[in-house]
Amino acid sequence: MTALPDVRTSRWAALTALVTTSVLLTACGSGGGDSGSGSGQPKSGGTLTFAVGSDAGCVDPQQVASNETIYSVRQIVDSLTDQDPKTGKIVPWLAKSWDISSDATTFTFHLRSGVTFSDGSKLSAQVVKDNFDAVPKLGALGTLAEGYLSGVKSTTVVDPLTIKVTFSQPNTQFLQATSTHSLGIESSASVKKTPQQKCSDGVIGSGPFVLKQYVQNQSITLAKRTGYAWGSSRWSRKGEAYLDKLVFKVVPEAGVRAGSLQSSQVDAISSVGKANEAALKGGQVNLQRRANPGVVFGLGLNNSRPALKDARVRQAILFAVDRQQIADTVFPTGTQPATSVLAHTTPDYADLASGLTFDAAKAKSLLDSAGWKTGSDGIRTKGGKKLSLTVKWFPNASTNQPALELIQQQLKAVGVDVVLKQLQVTQFAPTLQSGDFDAVWGNVTRADPDILRSSFSTKLANFYHLPASSLDTALSEQAATVDAAKRRQLVTQAQQSLVQNAYYLPVVELQTQLGVSKKVHDLNFDASSRLQLHDTWIG
Amino acid sequence: MRRYVIKRLAQAVGVLWAAYTVSFLVLDYLPGDPVTAMASAGMDSGQVDPKQIAALRHEYGFDKPVLVQYAEYLGRAVRGDFGDSVSTGRPVTSTLADALPQTLQLTSAALLLAVVLGGGLAVLATYTAQRWLRHLLLSLPPLGVSVPTFWVGLLLVETFSFRLHWFPAFGNDGLRGLVLPALTLAVPTGAQIAQVLAKSLLTALDQAYVETARAKGAGRWRVHLRHALRNASLPALTVVGLLVGQLIAGSVVVETVFSRDGLGRVTAAAVTAQDIPLVQGVVVFGALIFVTTNLVIDLVYPLLDPRIVVASGRRATLA
Repeated sequence: MTALPDVRTSRWAALTALVTTSVLLTACGSGGGDSGSGSGQPKSGGTLTFAVGSDAGCVDPQQVASNETIYSVRQIVDSLTDQDPKTGKIVPWLAKSWDISSDATTFTFHLRSGVTFSDGSKLSAQVVKDNFDAVPKLGALGTLAEGYLSGVKSTTVVDPLTIKVTFSQPNTQFLQATSTHSLGIESSASVKKTPQQKCSDGVIGSGPFVLKQYVQNQSITLAKRTGYAWGSSRWSRKGEAYLDKLVFKVVPEAGVRAGSLQSSQVDAISSVGKANEAALKGGQVNLQRRANPGVVFGLGLNNSRPALKDARVRQAILFAVDRQQIADTVFPTGTQPATSVLAHTTPDYADLASGLTFDAAKAKSLLDSAGWKTGSDGIRTKGGKKLSLTVKWFPNASTNQPALELIQQQLKAVGVDVVLKQLQVTQFAPTLQSGDFDAVWGNVTRADPDILRSSFSTKLANFYHLPASSLDTALSEQAATVDAAKRRQLVTQAQQSLVQNAYYLPVVELQTQLGVSKKVHDLNFDASSRLQLHDTWIG
Repeated sequence: MRRYVIKRLAQAVGVLWAAYTVSFLVLDYLPGDPVTAMASAGMDSGQVDPKQIAALRHEYGFDKPVLVQYAEYLGRAVRGDFGDSVSTGRPVTSTLADALPQTLQLTSAALLLAVVLGGGLAVLATYTAQRWLRHLLLSLPPLGVSVPTFWVGLLLVETFSFRLHWFPAFGNDGLRGLVLPALTLAVPTGAQIAQVLAKSLLTALDQAYVETARAKGAGRWRVHLRHALRNASLPALTVVGLLVGQLIAGSVVVETVFSRDGLGRVTAAAVTAQDIPLVQGVVVFGALIFVTTNLVIDLVYPLLDPRIVVASGRRATLA
């Protein structure tokens, strides 16, 4: 009787593996085909199927903070204002006009008449007040919305279509905040529900689409709101949306998303990484990209650590990082290296590329002058202590680890040792609060430069332990400045101060990359690099 | 027999309690809690006031001592109430009840495929007189066991969905949507069944009673299926019991790759969000299925092999 032929089994196994692998390779090699037809005349009707990578477990725009879910829930609600992605300018939407007091503490919005929610109720100043009164109560469940309204003193109904919001301190950012999905206006009936109910049942809005069905972790289905006639002033189409239906499918696997788009099982996909670009090129697909506004990806330095207290050490680190190399090797095509603390799509961004060059020689001489001498193992020491930084990071993006490993190599080349420590995403907030880090890797999306104040002002949380300086003055003053030119000047000053003092190590901009079938037209990014689907049509 | 069943039931309860307690301790040991998970969800979106986190923690009762939390949860769980999911606010039991049919459909289809394909492969491999064919067939199970499930899934999707357009790449729609995920899940499971069955078939074919059957003039198929397979299937059956647990675990990967709704997806999401009540519900539920299957299989043994008698208190094998 034969025993199991072990040796030959493995040989066969190897052969079979080889055969199946070649099937996979040929399968990957498919694609090609002609390019999409011209845009032509927009037409109504049809369903857009959009595959996203995750589900936030909540369909309330005021609570959701994840881009993948914002894409869909954004379409349910309208906001008081809208923001032009090209200029950053705030334009009318539900509010036809507004007045801001010269000290930027009082905002008066004049609402447009005839707006109704999808349950038939009317938009009025009282509904807006109900929304703004409820938002602060969301607390940690709606951090974005709550943050925009922090310091609110009162909301007053002046007349049925006029609402006045007063803050205890100057708060220029509030105008931009009213354009975000987080302060999208919900009907009185929705506002009365508990945050948990709004999450699972969804909300009633006045937006161009209505929530039809939400299946957790599976899909979000929206239908066109018939009779919609109060779109943002910057949209090209007046009246109802072109599309009848929007279906957002949750497809977590990036490769499956890309293949589904290629084989026309879906019309658009989110989060296209570098690995899937090649497969999508040349087919019936356009790759759409836009840098997210806000604070770029980088290392949030703990400025109170002994080694990092020395500006020369921080500056040396700034010069030791080759941003272009990181952008080119790790991030999707088109990702730009950081040229300021703010991404170039942020209003009042200032190009400080000359201060963020890669110059290893300069980095070394700065460290030399700071008294850090190269030891036998190539790592610098001073007074018997090694120049070593522990960088804490969180697996919320697949690019984090390779980017940090590259930074680790680049810093090692100038004699700085970097220890990478991965933590759970759930540890992000506690880590920042505890201050127990030399540096943390992250970014913040926000289409208003006031994000600099929330991130770096020593008068607020000051998670990066900056010393009090003239930076604080610039940050506080821009929050109190209504005049656009003057505010731009102050924001530029703040960016210069951040880069010159190297309080934060900017590395690359976060770029949102979507794959969109060529038959889909006018699928547009909004100012926060999220989506506006009212003007989108299929043809 | 009756005493045996009662004893096994008592053991089952013990297993469930242990699963519940261990999972609670593991979740408690993890850094953070569901509230910090919620506050960190928008990592890309600014910072949260520690005071608000504390308020939320109090609201959900996560500020109580661990033992008090454990006792409260356990007390309710015994009455069948696993509380509400922290991330969605829905009752855990109804979340699981909604997800169950999808996973049951997937795992039973996969198990059926695994038994048919794995069993068929083992029978064929041991039956064939062609040496090269036997070697080829016997090389498949080790391959099936060693390739990662998600890779098999992606390979199948790439070929049969993206290229040939025969089946959808994702979703829960109908029988067509079930084929690829069930096949993916069946590959490692079927491979293990084939491995065990082939080995014990080869052993059985070497036994004296097979010689006797042959000497009495029984045909090759009859000897193979009627005499050898029946005896050889016992170890395979034991493996099937264990594989049920594997199938449920495998559904986490398969449901993610194929974007199917089901227990696997619920589990993955619950663990990421550190949604303690939901994870606890999943663990107890999974343990329940596992314990039940194995109990049923133990009771099936005597039907297959009359020599096995479920004696009072323990299983005795008569030589």
